[in-house]
Amino acid sequence: MIRYAFTKLWQSALTLLLASIVVFIGVRMLPGDPARAMAGEDASPEQLAAMREQLGLNASLPHQFLTYLGNLLSGDLGNSTRTGTPVVEMIAATLPVTLWLSAYAIAIAVIVGVLFGVIAERFRGRWPEWFTNGFALIGLSVPNFWLGILAILYLAVSLGWFPASGYVDILSDPLKGLYYLTLPAIILGTSLAAVIMRQTRASMIETMSTDYVRTAKAKGLSGGRVLLRYGLRNSLIVVVTIVGLQLGGLISGAVVTERIFALPGFGKLTLDAVFTRDYPVIEAVVLIITLSYIVINLAVDVLYSVINPRIRIGGSN
Amino acid sequence: MTMTKSPPRDKSLTSEAMGIGSGRGRLWRSLRGNRLGMVGGVLMALVVLLAILAPVIAPYGPAEVHFDTPFQKPGTVGFLLGTDDLGRDILSRLLFGMRASLEVGALCVLLSIVVGAPLGLLAGYWKWLDAFISRLTDVTLAFPFLIIAVGLAAISGPSLQNAAIALGIAHIPTMIRVVRGETLRIKESDFVLGAKTMDASGLRIVFTHVLPNAASSIIVQATVIMPVAVIGEALLSFLGLGIQPPTPSLGIMLSDAQQYMFRSPTAAIVPGVGIAMICLAFNLFGDALRDAFDPTATSRK
Repeated sequence: MIRYAFTKLWQSALTLLLASIVVFIGVRMLPGDPARAMAGEDASPEQLAAMREQLGLNASLPHQFLTYLGNLLSGDLGNSTRTGTPVVEMIAATLPVTLWLSAYAIAIAVIVGVLFGVIAERFRGRWPEWFTNGFALIGLSVPNFWLGILAILYLAVSLGWFPASGYVDILSDPLKGLYYLTLPAIILGTSLAAVIMRQTRASMIETMSTDYVRTAKAKGLSGGRVLLRYGLRNSLIVVVTIVGLQLGGLISGAVVTERIFALPGFGKLTLDAVFTRDYPVIEAVVLIITLSYIVINLAVDVLYSVINPRIRIGGSN
Repeated sequence: MTMTKSPPRDKSLTSEAMGIGSGRGRLWRSLRGNRLGMVGGVLMALVVLLAILAPVIAPYGPAEVHFDTPFQKPGTVGFLLGTDDLGRDILSRLLFGMRASLEVGALCVLLSIVVGAPLGLLAGYWKWLDAFISRLTDVTLAFPFLIIAVGLAAISGPSLQNAAIALGIAHIPTMIRVVRGETLRIKESDFVLGAKTMDASGLRIVFTHVLPNAASSIIVQATVIMPVAVIGEALLSFLGLGIQPPTPSLGIMLSDAQQYMFRSPTAAIVPGVGIAMICLAFNLFGDALRDAFDPTATSRK
């Protein structure tokens, strides 16, 4: 177990290092001169040179990379070239919005997905299965930003059930905050719910037809107990994996959801940075997304081995 | 298909030997018996046909403006689905938009197969390459496709090609994993062992024995990638990171329509229906194909 966790940890660290190199090189391949962007269009050559020196752009690339890595480890992500604010502050202001939104969306997706998956398995060949299958198919086929636009059009504006846009800090006003995030979270969670539903259904069908479930039933365990103890436990593994795998999609989805509902989150920060060529912010945003992705996948792997003992022993086979 | 030509398949395990009829015949029967899958297949053919024929059947050019007739309602004479804020025919833009969607989707699938399949074969067959390639896929997977697209758009400007490349790169890892898993499974089979005892080289075994047997999984994975790529293209174009106007794209139509959606909801609804139609077609057909290739698949009744 410990050894397994260590292997995973080492692999993740390596991935992170490689990813940061990719980001570093990628950002330096961007067109445009950050020194000029900082100093302004009408800066004199001397000012420009001073700015280059100040930004450390004159050092060799490996040297720049090491400096960058050092700063990174000490929590210094530089300042935005657009506003001059420390990037760390900008991230601290926007990240919570996205984290709340994602957590809320994942919660909705897991509840709806598992519930529908179980319903689909319990009612095979009858209308509830058709209904849940239809839901999954639509969830996978309909782009969530279109759903978002329709939701604003009909649920928010015509029916007035939800606010069409805006954000209230959850910590200062939990109820109102959740209320404002509900529609965006539903929209963001739909496709994830569809994937979870399908996988839960498939894994339930597989588990419920295994010998040990038959034995459990023969022993006289009630259907509900069998479902909880065997069926759901196994599909839990699936759900954990799916959430880990779908994280990339969730992040992309969050960016566009924030755009549609005008939420002041990480996605908005990302898009603003890209369209204004704010190097330090782009760099930080990409790195943080990558970091969180790797860390969460590491957590998924470890969690996975806790739920499913076969994996921590089996390894690649 | 070339996969049926490769001679050294394990005869004792084929459907012929098991008395179920020829492989291809079973495939076709299974597909035909799947009503939803057939609906998907027909819809897919229709969508592809519409996209290919877009320049012929579209009543107007996709960027042709009619300033005197903006915001026409659907059903108006001459404008079957109405017009947008600039008086452009929504039906024509839908057809050309679907064409662009499929183009990006096809490019993305092609890229993921051309790069992902060989890497998957290598990683699955040679253990010493596996660690290296797996690390590479991990690094790629760590970047969500939007971030790759953001990077590409920042480096060389947003475009159809860059959107397709970003989506392709993002899907290479999953293709590698699928093919790697298949290779791991296939290389344990008797016919590969047989080929090895006959001194066949590793590369030869991989390409003549493993690849044809992994083909079905690659095709199924392609049908999985296609709808995701179509949605991805629309998303990128919606954000301004993909196809650029005046080239029509379903994503651009959506982001335009969002500005005047209360005045003309159809302009916002139509492109979404177009995307959903493409995705539904590929999802349904892909599911049916997967079931047909793998009779033990759990989604079968």
